[in-house]
Amino acid sequence: MTADVLKINAAATAAAIEARIRDLVLVNLKRKGAVVALSGGVDSSVVAALCARALGKERVFGLFLPERDCSPDSLRLGRMLAASLGIRTCVEDITPILEAAGCYRRRDDAIRTVIPEYGDGYTCKIVLPQTLDATYPVYSVVVRSPEGVLKKARLNAEACLSIIAATNFKQRTRKMMEYYYADRYNYAVAGTPNRLEFDQGFFVKNGDGAADFKPIAHLYKTQVYQLAEFLGIPEEIRTRPPTTDTYPMEQSQEEFYFALPSEQMDLCLYAKNHGIPAAEAAAAVGLPAKSVEHVYRMVDSKRKSTRYLHQRPLLVEDVAEIQH
Amino acid sequence: MQNAQRDTLRQFVVENFLFGQVDNLSDQDSFLEKGIIDSTGILELISFLERHYRIKIADEDLIEQNFDSIDKLMAFLSRKLRVSKD
Amino acid sequence: MGFNKRVLEIDAAAETNRIVAALRQTVLRRMRRYGGVVGISGGVDSAVVLALALRAFGPQKVIALMLPENDSDPESEVLARRYAQACGVTAVLENITPALEGFGCYARRDEAIRRVFPEYDAAKGYKAKIVLPKNLLEEDTVNVFSLTIVDPNGVEQTKPLFPRDFLQIVAASNFKQRTRMAMLYYHAESNHYAVIGTANKNEHGQGFFVKHGDAGVDVQPIAHLYKTQVYQLAEYLKVPEEIRNRVPTTDTYSAPTSQQEFFFRLPFEVMDLLWFAQEHGYPPAEVAAVMGLTEVQVQRAYNEFTRKQRTTAYLRMAPVSFGAVQEGTARAEAS
Repeated sequence: MTADVLKINAAATAAAIEARIRDLVLVNLKRKGAVVALSGGVDSSVVAALCARALGKERVFGLFLPERDCSPDSLRLGRMLAASLGIRTCVEDITPILEAAGCYRRRDDAIRTVIPEYGDGYTCKIVLPQTLDATYPVYSVVVRSPEGVLKKARLNAEACLSIIAATNFKQRTRKMMEYYYADRYNYAVAGTPNRLEFDQGFFVKNGDGAADFKPIAHLYKTQVYQLAEFLGIPEEIRTRPPTTDTYPMEQSQEEFYFALPSEQMDLCLYAKNHGIPAAEAAAAVGLPAKSVEHVYRMVDSKRKSTRYLHQRPLLVEDVAEIQH
Repeated sequence: MQNAQRDTLRQFVVENFLFGQVDNLSDQDSFLEKGIIDSTGILELISFLERHYRIKIADEDLIEQNFDSIDKLMAFLSRKLRVSKD
Repeated sequence: MGFNKRVLEIDAAAETNRIVAALRQTVLRRMRRYGGVVGISGGVDSAVVLALALRAFGPQKVIALMLPENDSDPESEVLARRYAQACGVTAVLENITPALEGFGCYARRDEAIRRVFPEYDAAKGYKAKIVLPKNLLEEDTVNVFSLTIVDPNGVEQTKPLFPRDFLQIVAASNFKQRTRMAMLYYHAESNHYAVIGTANKNEHGQGFFVKHGDAGVDVQPIAHLYKTQVYQLAEYLKVPEEIRNRVPTTDTYSAPTSQQEFFFRLPFEVMDLLWFAQEHGYPPAEVAAVMGLTEVQVQRAYNEFTRKQRTTAYLRMAPVSFGAVQEGTARAEAS
């Protein structure tokens, strides 16, 4: 196995996805176009570009949904992308909604149960241990005081669940806004998860996990980058490190979820999916076999623990007339 | 004493993660492999151990070797309790 | 057995036990969640679901959430609170009006209403609702929605709605169900609980719900029961009469709107039987005789059911992914 296994023919892949988007949106879902939320990241940029090529730029509506804790880069890069595609857009600042829902207040109250001095002028994020030893993925909260002093504290169950539950308002609020425009224009909502996120449950149920179609959910992150280059996505977007853009402090996806850079995570996932033993994959991934072994186990345990996120509402008894 | 401790641990795991169904859980069964404890479960377990045994669990302690079965928990606890007595 | 008016009678005790066992199995074992969150509206469906959840998880592991907003009937909250208390749980109140104002829910809706009725002004006491032609059985009407406003003196006016205005009013109103969903999940996730839905078979099957709104839940314990069967469970579960006797409303529009005028266009007692008959392939002639209707009327109802199931298929579609993602099993494993 080599790193080349993830090479795709970008032109052919794009053409296949575009044909499928046309069929799905116009025929299957019977909608007139697509709504795409643009985060300034590579995934949503690629999805918007694919939709514009598939449906025509006049049938794609781009939404910017910033809030207080987003990096200003997100809106700037999102706008750059929309301008390059020539699609209609709208900015909806969701901060007031989140304030009204108590998102920030509930999160901050939960943080204060472990770091009492946390308050005005502080920033925060939550992180996982950055190691490939067989440790448990237990979150810690990191805060920075107005004077720049960092403090870290491990989270207990209650604080951890409350912080995550409160910040999940962000993804859900964004999705509600996307559906407002979709309902209004009779469009479908495009989801932007890539394969890593989709497979490993890195999304919020009924938040960014919700969509009418998910055109890149079968592509590894490295493959999304290949498509991005082919589609002419601006370089600044393609070279931006993936962030969660959810906490006020800069937080990489590795810190928050994957514990590995996406190129390595991609290769591990590919190898595991194709039954390649860890020892054989190790050289291509660039990690000791023991670490690859551990990643394989992590992948399984994440699949198990996030199964709930993939499940649609479960019924007590089938309703025969309704095809799920 | 050892037996009482084992029973307490078993009872906590069975009540909180198996909802009372014993499912023939053996003392060697891996919680992770059997899907008994997820990432929220491990937090609940840590809180319980810290509260019930008045110990402090450090970040370095959070490895599978210490928590992944009743037997491993027993070994971890006896090490911890010995240290805290010293 | 031929078609008769008692086909929908159920053994309420046995059905209750079955649902309670299924709830435990699904939530505690399959989803590995510790309990359930139920949004209670003061209506019969959520009252039944709360009672079932309490039997499944016990009062310590159930959160009953009241989620009123500006246009909600205040009576709903009173009934919901009293009922929760009688069940031995404290109802938690989350008023979602401020969040809806943040979304521009009211402003966007009223903007569309004013395009139809420029004089409409909610602040002056005007109320509004969306309705369908009244009786489904009378004529082959097209399902054209109209907008009714009621002025402060109680004078009603109705006009047909253009798609653009209709879509905007519905899109804006849908913020209500979706905001409730987000709030239910906040409480569920804070406690590692599951969100328990309250849709009955009529709503679920005919698409009377908002995608990722009231349909965005983890379990649907009564989605296989016709409304008339939910009433049978309600009686068995001792849901108070003041809740059982209420006319089912949408509680979404400021002018009171029954579910019949907004969506179903038939009284539940009639609709459930006709739907059952269609599902089980009873010929319209036989059904018409039992129901005291004409064959044409029965056929009309059959057509309407089929049409609604087809046109609302989008609402039930799981997100479609392209290419194989063999591991993430988002697809068929539902239900």
